[in-house]
Amino acid sequence: MAEQSKHRSIIIKSLTAVVMMLAFVFYGLVPMYDLICEWTGVTGRTGGVYEETTQVDVQERTITVQFLAMNNEGMPWDFYPNVRTVKVHPGEFTTVSFHAGNNSDKTMMAQAIPSVSPFQGANYFHKTECFCFKQQTLAAGEAEDMALRFMIDPELPDTIDTLTLSYTLFDITQVAANGEKNGQ
Amino acid sequence: MTAAHTGSDHHGPAKGLTRWLYTTNHKDIGTLYLWFSLSMFFLGGIFAMVIRAELFQPGLQLIQPEFFNQMTTMHGLIMVFGAVMPAFVGLANWMVPMMIGAPDMALPRMNNLSFWILPFAFAMMISTLFMDGGAPNFGWTFYAPLSTTYAPPSVTFFIFAVHIMGASSIMGAINIVATIFNMRAPGMTWMKMPLFVWTWLITAYLLIAVMPVLAGVVTMMLMDIHFGTAFFNAAGGGSPILFQHVFWFFGHPEVYIMILPAFGIVSAIIPAFSRKKLFGYASMVYATSSIAFLSFIVWAHHMFTVGIPLAGELFFMYSTMLIAIPTGVKVFNWIATMFRGSLTFETPMLFAVAFVVLFSIGGFSGLMLAIAPADFQYHDTYFVVAHFHYVLVPGAIFSIMAAVYYWLPKWTGFMYDEKLGKIHFWLSFVGVNVTFFPQHFIGLAGMPRRIPDYALQFADMNMISSLGAFLFGASQLMFLYVVIKAIRGGEKAPDKPWEGAEGLEWTIPSPAPYHTFTTPPKVD
Repeated sequence: MAEQSKHRSIIIKSLTAVVMMLAFVFYGLVPMYDLICEWTGVTGRTGGVYEETTQVDVQERTITVQFLAMNNEGMPWDFYPNVRTVKVHPGEFTTVSFHAGNNSDKTMMAQAIPSVSPFQGANYFHKTECFCFKQQTLAAGEAEDMALRFMIDPELPDTIDTLTLSYTLFDITQVAANGEKNGQ
Repeated sequence: MTAAHTGSDHHGPAKGLTRWLYTTNHKDIGTLYLWFSLSMFFLGGIFAMVIRAELFQPGLQLIQPEFFNQMTTMHGLIMVFGAVMPAFVGLANWMVPMMIGAPDMALPRMNNLSFWILPFAFAMMISTLFMDGGAPNFGWTFYAPLSTTYAPPSVTFFIFAVHIMGASSIMGAINIVATIFNMRAPGMTWMKMPLFVWTWLITAYLLIAVMPVLAGVVTMMLMDIHFGTAFFNAAGGGSPILFQHVFWFFGHPEVYIMILPAFGIVSAIIPAFSRKKLFGYASMVYATSSIAFLSFIVWAHHMFTVGIPLAGELFFMYSTMLIAIPTGVKVFNWIATMFRGSLTFETPMLFAVAFVVLFSIGGFSGLMLAIAPADFQYHDTYFVVAHFHYVLVPGAIFSIMAAVYYWLPKWTGFMYDEKLGKIHFWLSFVGVNVTFFPQHFIGLAGMPRRIPDYALQFADMNMISSLGAFLFGASQLMFLYVVIKAIRGGEKAPDKPWEGAEGLEWTIPSPAPYHTFTTPPKVD
């Protein structure tokens, strides 16, 4: 019947739209969100490993860089920056360190998540070396100083004279034990 | 188009319970949807009464904060997904085929399925109240990580229930699209369709577009909770803000899903009782389409305070304010329809006029909330609660009640009790305003939403609000009584009980026979 096939065509088109919207959520919206965050720095996320070069002009102006360290809820570790504030020149490489101490009674695994504020500066904060690039495992009672080597991009807008880098330390012992982690 | 369903011309409904289980008749399914919606309305209403009883005085009197959170969550979820949406689907089932001269919905068996999975979804959702750890307690917006890391174990049942509701809505929407596209009577051109049909067609498209987004976001939650992914978990590189973006990408079109059919209902009722043609029919169609389009590009106005760039704040502020234009066109058209009309104020008209006035108040507070810098003060206060209750209760709910009173004579064959209907209207009208108007003030004064206890300076207004809520809640029992009374008998309704009413549904007898338009009518 002609009517049946007209209905069928609407069902097929609609279900295709439904499936496409579902796919769009997983393969469109999620990557799009990550891309926008990367471009604008809006969530204060910093990029990955930055290749250290010697070809950078060090500028005169000084930028104050402040460090914050926080434990996520329920995380028992000691976690603090060894230096709270440094003054750096854009283009200059600086190394600082953070202290982490596992004062629980079991081996734990942690992941630090960085965030730069104001977010407009996030894409100018380059890290050549950071403990946040990998997970940290500490045995019960063990402590460690973790290095962070960074450079402020000379392109940093003039309006910014202070950057705050904050780390939140998450307990991922359970997550790691559960095994599978997707590539997010 | 030829008469499609011959051979079933003369038999009536089957007998007994199986009539309702196996039915593929659009009128039966519409009735089922409407009764289901009314029962969910009362259940969600009971939850609201619990909330308002606890807020009657400052301090904790009746329930614990944990249970209070479950009440606000369940109230929101049940009212949105259980009361408002099924009511509109029920009205569409009853009215769309009759309005376009079709014998039934296009896909009657799917229609049966899309209704009958709903009671299971809600049974599952309500059963979470009796589970260890309690029902979902993270608000109807179920923001991660409240709904993932910190959620009670029952969240998994909530997710599955949302999946089922989504499937039901998608099936309902496809059915409506297929019916409107393929089954219009000869001569029923696009621009002759009643506005209720138009608004539902656009709503159905919104449903098809955003219900998969809702399904997607709850699936991500499910994966985060049980399968070790980190969509919304910062420790694994995800982001809780992502949740809010995806949720509101669904959520904002969703709020228009709950109001567009209301626009259609009001556009049918106001001309009928003004005894004039609707002013600006074509502009109504275009305004509805514009609102539907804009609904996709305003979602982050729910998130002004999460930290979005200035450009984002501005974009979402302006795009949100843009919605006031097509909405203003609609309100203007309704008023212009009434202007110099020969008005009478039967119950449906009272509800429709109250809709126009009170929905506009909700629209204005929406404009205030759209001002990004001001929103930093209003965000998550009772002002927001007042705003969305003004657009949902005297908006969506009043339109549904108007529709029920308007078409009840057609459905039952009897006139409802006009006097009781008017009393029901006035009690509801007073109740709704006494409940929600003071919430504007306590919101601006800084009372946060979703809290079981509050500072002393909010005590008076909260007590007034609670008294209004009890009045509104109790007066709905009267609605139930009026409806049952009209089903059981009363003054016989003529084919067209409203003098100024227009449309194919008034050309058939009252009550509408079990099968209508088995031979399509001629529309000219």
